[in-house]
Amino acid sequence: MTAATRSLRRWGFVHKWTSLICTVFMLLLCITGLLLIFHEEIDDLLHSQVKPAEVAADAPLADLDHLLANAIANAAGQVPHFLIWDRDDPNAMFVSVGPSITSDPSKNLLIRMDAHTGAYLDAPDVTGRFTYIMLKLHTDMFAGLPGKLFLGLMGILFCVAIISGIVVYAPSMRKLSFGTYRAGRTRVVRWLDVHNLAGILLVAWTLVVGFTGVINTWADLVLKMWQYGQLAEMTAQYRDRSVPAKLTSVNGAVEVAAHAVPGMTPSFVAFPGSIFSSKSHYAVFLRGNTPLTSRLLKPALVDAETGTLTDSRDMPWYVSTLFISQPLHFGDYGGMPLKILWALLDVLTIIILGTGIYLWVRRRRAGVSVDRVIARSSNLESPALSS
Amino acid sequence: MTSRKPMHRTLRQIFIAPLLVAIVSTLGLVGALVGDGWWDALSWVTLAVPVVLYSLFIWWRKPN
Repeated sequence: MTAATRSLRRWGFVHKWTSLICTVFMLLLCITGLLLIFHEEIDDLLHSQVKPAEVAADAPLADLDHLLANAIANAAGQVPHFLIWDRDDPNAMFVSVGPSITSDPSKNLLIRMDAHTGAYLDAPDVTGRFTYIMLKLHTDMFAGLPGKLFLGLMGILFCVAIISGIVVYAPSMRKLSFGTYRAGRTRVVRWLDVHNLAGILLVAWTLVVGFTGVINTWADLVLKMWQYGQLAEMTAQYRDRSVPAKLTSVNGAVEVAAHAVPGMTPSFVAFPGSIFSSKSHYAVFLRGNTPLTSRLLKPALVDAETGTLTDSRDMPWYVSTLFISQPLHFGDYGGMPLKILWALLDVLTIIILGTGIYLWVRRRRAGVSVDRVIARSSNLESPALSS
Repeated sequence: MTSRKPMHRTLRQIFIAPLLVAIVSTLGLVGALVGDGWWDALSWVTLAVPVVLYSLFIWWRKPN
């Protein structure tokens, strides 16, 4: 056996095992992901929500203190953690509230508010929704951080399977022209052609969506790192202060922040004592206005006792990487046509996974290992494989 | 096509088309991030390339 053949058999071995281990989970991710591409449309279809008032495009926005007071009036015993501008609907905002400022924010209730009138809209419990169940299955399989990290590992195996797949594609195609589909042959040959063609056509997309998915599984860790890194640095001198008894105006804090960082739009405000701020600051997170920069956030810290700006910095590279990897995974950054393409590419990925499993099962039954077939330059003529 | 198939294709022959598809789809992935309007349209056209090629090769082949 030549060194080249040995090396190819090794790549074939890597392709087989990385694929086999991750395939079941990748199928779960592809199917739930396919539905999640259209989560807004599905929610609109299944659930009704109160619509914000119809206003002129340039109508003035509500005073945020007034809006916040209205929200809290509708949530007895709750305190605000975050004030969030709705990316998808400029007429709506969210107030995220929890039982106390130190309570787990992932269990917060989201109250929808009218951004122009400041009126309460609704606060639906989303945890029973179909899209929520799909999202949980897709992100952590209801197993919290360990579930996330496990799916991240499966994502890494998927990326290794793609790269080793590129290597073993070469011997498979030695005698065939690009795009060959041997329609008249047995199913194992036809499905090998489908697997090879779809696999090689989708290399860029599957690698990007796969790897950005892996990065997203590290989101909790990345945000923790930012909290204990840059945020701790920015607020170090105020560490011993407690939450002020009376907070200054949140509307004023947002104005101060927007003035200090011109050309950016507020994205959300973290209240003093919440996980994304210090005990005595409003952290106003601003975003840019292009599809790319709108994903990047810049925090401006406003003292909640005096209402003055104390610091504003760009977020570190590891947070920016996480933020940029999100649209590239979700496919939500180019309108409905991009979502439809995302869905089609997702379906092709399911075809790659399905044909891959089939090829493995057939060859195993025929007693021909995948790596040996690959090493033999796609010699699929053997009678054992015809059916 | 009347010309005979070469016995062994070189790596360059095998990978030139996949490489072009990968470059085009990467352009599409990045395009819609850069801007709206024409940039979005660019990403729709380029990311449709792998889907269209797949359909062409599998379903609309010329019968041999």
